[in-house]
This record gives sequence, C-alpha cells and structure tokens, in this order.
Amino acid sequence: MAIELDVPIQHQEHTWLSWLASRQAFWVFLALIAACIFLTFATNSFATPNNLFNITRNFTFVAVIALGMTIVIITGGIDLSVGSVLCLCSMILAVVMHAGYNIEIGIVAAIGTALLIGAFNGVLIAYVGIPPFVVTLAMLSIARSLAMVASNNTVVFQFGPDHSKLLFLGGGALLFGISNPVIYMIVLALITGFTLRWTRFGRYVFAIGGNEKAAILTGVPVRRVKLAVYMISSLSAGIAGIIETGWLGAVTTNLGAGMELQVIAATVIGGANLAGGVGTAFGALVGSALIEVIRNSLGLLGINAFWQGAFVGAFIIIAVSFEHIRNLRQSD
Amino acid sequence: MAILELENVSKHFGAIQAVNDVSLTLERGEVVGLMGDNGAGKSTLVKVIAGDFRPSHGAMRMEGRELVLHKPIEAQQHGIEIVHQDLALCDNLTAAANVFLGREMRTGPGPFKILDYASMYRRAGEIFTELKSETRPRDLVRQMSGGQRQAVAIARTRLSQAKIILMDEPTAAISVRQVAEVLSLIQRLRDGGIAIVLISHRMPDVFAVSDRIVVLRRGRKVADKPIARSSPEEVTGLITGAIDNAI
Repeated sequence: MAIELDVPIQHQEHTWLSWLASRQAFWVFLALIAACIFLTFATNSFATPNNLFNITRNFTFVAVIALGMTIVIITGGIDLSVGSVLCLCSMILAVVMHAGYNIEIGIVAAIGTALLIGAFNGVLIAYVGIPPFVVTLAMLSIARSLAMVASNNTVVFQFGPDHSKLLFLGGGALLFGISNPVIYMIVLALITGFTLRWTRFGRYVFAIGGNEKAAILTGVPVRRVKLAVYMISSLSAGIAGIIETGWLGAVTTNLGAGMELQVIAATVIGGANLAGGVGTAFGALVGSALIEVIRNSLGLLGINAFWQGAFVGAFIIIAVSFEHIRNLRQSD
Repeated sequence: MAILELENVSKHFGAIQAVNDVSLTLERGEVVGLMGDNGAGKSTLVKVIAGDFRPSHGAMRMEGRELVLHKPIEAQQHGIEIVHQDLALCDNLTAAANVFLGREMRTGPGPFKILDYASMYRRAGEIFTELKSETRPRDLVRQMSGGQRQAVAIARTRLSQAKIILMDEPTAAISVRQVAEVLSLIQRLRDGGIAIVLISHRMPDVFAVSDRIVVLRRGRKVADKPIARSSPEEVTGLITGAIDNAI
C-alpha cells in the first residue's frame, strides 16, 4: 500500500531536463549566452574586463526593479510608477544628504518614501478597487512632479558630509572587482526567488494571479498580499534609485524617465506573463541582462544606437510567441 | 440524531422571499438531492447552511445543538464545507497547492517557517488515494480533466474532516465518463459517514447517488421523500408546478 501511494505522490510531470526546456527564462538565458559568445568573437572590446564590468553594473538598476515588477505581474497587476518612484527616492536621498544629514538618514528617508508611495498605490488598488494600471499611471505623474518640487527642478550633485560614502555604495567594488550594485542585485534576486518558492506569501502571490476569486474563497488574505506586493515594487524602485544615485553622482529630475517600460519589457522577456500567475526572479535578471547586452553590442558592432528599441521590441515578440506556440501545441 | 436540522428557515431579501419556511433534516452518511428550477431558492438555502447568509427566521441545529453562523469560516469550523460550482481552483498551481490553498503546511523554527512541500504532497496523495481518484499531487490543475478538478475541490473538504459537504452542480459541464467518476466520489464520501447536499439540474445524476430528494419551488419545499419512492417524472412535475406537492 505504501509503495502504491508513493508512485502518484512522487510522480512528476517532467524530468528536470524537460522541465528546464519548458521554461522561457531558460531559452532566453541560452540566447543571452549565445549572444555573449558571438560578441566575444565578433568584437575586440566585448569580453574585456572593463566592458563586462559596465554591462553587469548597467543592467542591475533595471534588474532590481524587475524583481519587484515580477511579483506584481505574477499577481496579474502592473506598476507603471517605478521610473518616477526611482527618481523621487533618488531626489529625496540627494536633498536630505545635500542638506547636511548623514547617509543613513538619507537612505531611511528614501526607503520610507518608497514604502509610503507603494502603500498609497496598494491601498487604492487592493482596498478601493481601482485598476492597477490607472493608479500607477497617476503615480507615474505624481511622483515625478514631487521630485521636481523637492529639488525645485535642479540637479543635485553635492551630497554633504557622506558624499564619498554614497559614491562608493553605488560605484565601488567591494568584492573581487565585482561592482557593488551587482552584489545587491544578486542578494535581492536570491531573496525574491526564495520568497516566491518557499513562503506562504509567495504561494499567495501565485494564487492571486491564477484565480483571484478562488484565492478569496479559500481564505487567502488577498487584499493584504496585494498591498504588500505594491509596496515591494516601490521598494525595489527606491533601492535601485539609491544605488543609481551613488553610481551617477548626480540626480536630475528626468532620472528613470521611461524606465518602467524597460523594466516591464525585461520582465516579460524573462517569462513573466502579463495575464498573471507566471514569473520567476531568475527570469527578471535574464531579461534585464539581455536588454543591456543588446544595447551594448549595438554600440560595439558599430550599429546606429537608434536601432536599440527595434531589437528590444523584436525580442519581446520572439520571447512571448515562443511561449505562445508552445501552449498551442500543448492544447492540441 | 440528525447531523443537521433546519427548522422553519426563511430568508428574504427585502420583499423577495427567497426561502420560505423550509424544514429539513440531514442524517450522517446520507446524500440529499436538492432540486428546483432557477430561482427556486436552492442556492440561497445552501448559502444559509454555509454561513454566507443568516436566516431571516427559523433555526438550525447541528447534532442537536443550536447552530448560529455569522460567516463562512464559522461553518467550516463546524465541519460544513462547500464545493463551489466554478470549483475555485488556481490553474497555475499544482493539485496539492490547490488542496492546501489558504491552509498551507509549514515547517521551520519560530517565525521563519517555509512551505512544507513534502508533507503537503504526501497528505494530498493520501487523500486522492482515499477518494480513489487518479489525480496526482504534483500535476498542474491546468492540465486536468473536469473530473480530476472536481476531485481536487473535494479533496479540500477532506483536510478539515468535514461532516457535511454542500456540492453545487458538481456534474455540470463535464464529460459523461467524468460524471461517473464524480458520482463515485460522492458515494465514497457518503460511505465515510459524511452527509452531502447535492444541488443539481441533472436528473440522472441525482437519481444515481441520492438517498432522498428535496424539491424547492418558489422558496417552498414541495417534496421530501426517499428517492426509491419517487421518479424523474414526478420530480419534473414538482419542479415545474404540474404537481402541486408530494409531502
């Protein structure tokens, strides 16, 4: 009897290989590796330490936000405000530090701002019931406006007594010459991946995206989870803002303009489904990395940079149609 | 002693009398087929039992004790479970994840608890075996047949050791072979001593598994008799009003 029971319990739909083959993130990862190999041989400058350092650092800002966006998208939502929230948090950090406060206070203020904005979005979406698209579209406008108000639309490039600490935080390399932002990104990705797979919160995120009504009927605290999800998304934008401020060494009020679309593109290329219920932390990183490699390689290959959008767009369609065709085959 | 007794239960919404003075008893290990036309009050009556609505008049008793429900969770705590018509499943999750949704098993020290996949797969597998369903715990619900989905929804009620299961149209919109599967699930639950209220429009299904049949028409109970002493023709007459009542 015990043995009979073990068969269905242990039964898995896939071997690990076929499971891997069924993941969009895996195929995009292969495309990424292939592109890197191609570029290594096609150009002299791709596989240089300097260029790799640049690429890995450049995509972290998008990738960190893509982690938060992935969670939102798994619930079937969207957060259009992340670019503006990044700008606002950078600006709060910059203004607070410029006024002579130390870096800790600046970071607390920036993170606090991010959480407040996320909570505002989350309450309107989860408790009032306004569609996420609308709420976060409004916040896209509000947050950037607040950033302009906070700075009087000036560029801030002096960060008070802790100026050099901030620049090291975003621009330095603490471990083995890996830039700090990359380390933050890896840590955040591990936390996100763990949360999605191993916690009850993660399970609820997927359940809400799969069938929100079912989640409500089975007693999942849907509204609380959604509130948390939008706070996490804003938080990720805030964290990216702090890192990017340290890297750039200056904040302008058009920082992060249009970034939300790049983040959503990265998330979708990485396998998250805008209809909800599907997505991974790994996919968010891979999608972001691919976009950055495309951007970088066009420059190295001597192709006009204006083509970048076309390549990214093509990749969105290729990645999603891959998934689409696979589903069609399955349903036959 | 009856596991559930309804005594002169009425429920009205403003001027609309959805359920009117219905008395009903439900015994352990009994399947009661609840029939009636659309708007006859079946769903309202079931929702009263499930704690979604409070009755306007009348009383409910469970195992002889007064039963007052303010919300669905209280009904669950008393061992009353409802299997929804649309099944309330998440397609993107596994069978086991759906069975445990909202009641996940976790392991680990203190506040750092993580999902206990192994225990949930094991327990879900045991329940499916108990139900003699071929559903496998790790399969995604998206890939399941209607019968297997029904088994997942029913497996949920087994977690809480339900005493009464209310099933809303469990055989609507599934294939003939799967209907047989679901009906045998219902029989197995009954053999385990569970009382079942089966709402259905499908006459053959009701006659296949019910011990007793209750017919509602315009909120009133017009029949309550052993299935053996009724017939599909009589029930049709009772539902439409061609036969006034058969109590």
